[in-house]
Amino acid sequence: MATTPTQSVITRRRWLTPARREAFEGLLYISPWILGFLIFAAGPMIASLALSFTQYNILKPPTFIGLENYSVVFARDRLFYQSLTRTAYYAVAIVTVGVTGSLLLAVLLNQKLRGTVAFRTMFFVPSLTPIVASALLWGWIFHPELGLLNNGLALVGIKGPGWLTTTEWAIPSLVIMALWGGLGGGRMIIFLAGLQGVPQELYEAAAIDGAGVWARFRNVTLPMITPTIFFNLVLGIIGSFSVFTVAYVATQGGPARATYFYVYHIFNRGFADSDMGYASALAWVFFAILLFFTAVQFHLQRYWVYYESEERQ
Amino acid sequence: MNVAQQRLTTARRGARAGLEARLIGPGRLLLYAIALIAATLFMLPFLWTVGSSLKTSVEIRQFPPAMFPAVLRFQNYADIWHVVPLGTFFWNSAQVTLLAMVGQVCSATLVAYGFSRFRFPFRDTLFLLVISTILLPREVVLIPTFLIFKFLGWLDTLRPLIVPSFFGGGAFYIFLLRQFFLALPRELDEAAKIDGANSLQILLRILLPLARPALATTAIFSFLGHWNDFLEPLIYLNSPQNFTVALGLRYFQTLPNEAQEPREQLLMAASLVVTAPILIIFFAAQRYFVQGIVMSGIKG
Repeated sequence: MATTPTQSVITRRRWLTPARREAFEGLLYISPWILGFLIFAAGPMIASLALSFTQYNILKPPTFIGLENYSVVFARDRLFYQSLTRTAYYAVAIVTVGVTGSLLLAVLLNQKLRGTVAFRTMFFVPSLTPIVASALLWGWIFHPELGLLNNGLALVGIKGPGWLTTTEWAIPSLVIMALWGGLGGGRMIIFLAGLQGVPQELYEAAAIDGAGVWARFRNVTLPMITPTIFFNLVLGIIGSFSVFTVAYVATQGGPARATYFYVYHIFNRGFADSDMGYASALAWVFFAILLFFTAVQFHLQRYWVYYESEERQ
Repeated sequence: MNVAQQRLTTARRGARAGLEARLIGPGRLLLYAIALIAATLFMLPFLWTVGSSLKTSVEIRQFPPAMFPAVLRFQNYADIWHVVPLGTFFWNSAQVTLLAMVGQVCSATLVAYGFSRFRFPFRDTLFLLVISTILLPREVVLIPTFLIFKFLGWLDTLRPLIVPSFFGGGAFYIFLLRQFFLALPRELDEAAKIDGANSLQILLRILLPLARPALATTAIFSFLGHWNDFLEPLIYLNSPQNFTVALGLRYFQTLPNEAQEPREQLLMAASLVVTAPILIIFFAAQRYFVQGIVMSGIKG
């Protein structure tokens, strides 16, 4: 051989520098995620965008129909608007009451009462219930004649409504159900952690200045936990807009489509009617709406979220 | 200490005393009352469900209903396994949950290791991409993912519920484990490197044993997520013998009731049985639950 063994070794060593080796290894370690991202995230997103321009019912290959799905969505599909408003109603209710409630519970747990751990456990355990089990259990609680709620109300002389069987109370019932599982759950624990991260010196300084309980809460606690509130708000909105399982199990979208949420509409059109092109269009509109809300929230955070690391006066 | 400092210390002591004086007093009692009411409200549905699950089919339709029946019918908890193939549902859920959990833990560990201990081009951009997938709702990718599995012939099997877990393991767990690895000092890696260890050995022998809390948390939340999942089993599984417990409960609910015999009490029993494994794990590993949620809430 013309090249001596020493020469080829030197060439190899010059090429595979420690930095290159590190880069290769790093990329190798994250390759499962890269593959997963391409196959299960990026790929499907592009595919669903492409599908949204077609008519596709699985039995026959997709046929290109341009923007027709989208024009049906915005101009002819009454269920699109109905399901969207139902979902928005649910989301606003659950996020406002839920985030506030979780914060208040966290504040309560932060007061160093005796038996805090027991209270925390009792608040938290409902959040572990599978949604299906929760829907069945609450379906029974909400039973107009035999359920816990109406019989309990009867004890104090109130005649309870039909809850899940009525159109006015259907969504509020689902909100109550979700609050039971959501108020004391992960969100509350995150708030608790945020509260415990507020430095004691700030409270002491405020007390020296003569601030009472409420003033301390408003001027020390709240500003310091705005990052936590922001985090819970963003995730809360995304999560609440995706409501589906409760409606599917407890009310099947009824009564009279009162709980026919947006994801239910996607599911129906895609898997019940097998109109996958249309369902993809609905899904992309959904994504665009959520992206918009998330972007707005991220943009607005400079006006109300306080990050410790930024303040330098 | 000069006079100003002395005054500040005295003021601080007074303020702290003022804060602590609140430990006893009417305000405190009110807080206890609120906590007790809240705890009762949270626990009442469970009590009602337990009570209902122990009634006979006659008692369950009694009006006005009693919280608990006079005679506790534990037989219900045996009956539910015959009315629907609950055992099969449990076995399916066990397979899915355990395998997916292993997949997520292994996969997320490898990926988090890569992001935390190696430098490569676009590393930070890619990590930002990982985080952004947490905000991606599943519904957007649902249909194409369904089609992928359809063309693979994997519909009506448990594979679609298990396989994706091996590809990255979920952005959330990658984030969690990366945070954890970043906090472990690099000197440990370097010491092992001097002894001739390669990167995989460093991960397995040095870092992993120290990362047990984060791994436990990942495992627990992965278990929770997969056990409770409903939407994905719903679209991938068709035959009842392949159902997971979540889907099985729903199947039980919609089972035609030829005998027209009330069975709410059985549904309640089944609901509790399905929830039981999670409760058991929770009480066994409580601190990992809280720890995990706290770790996730601290922004990276």
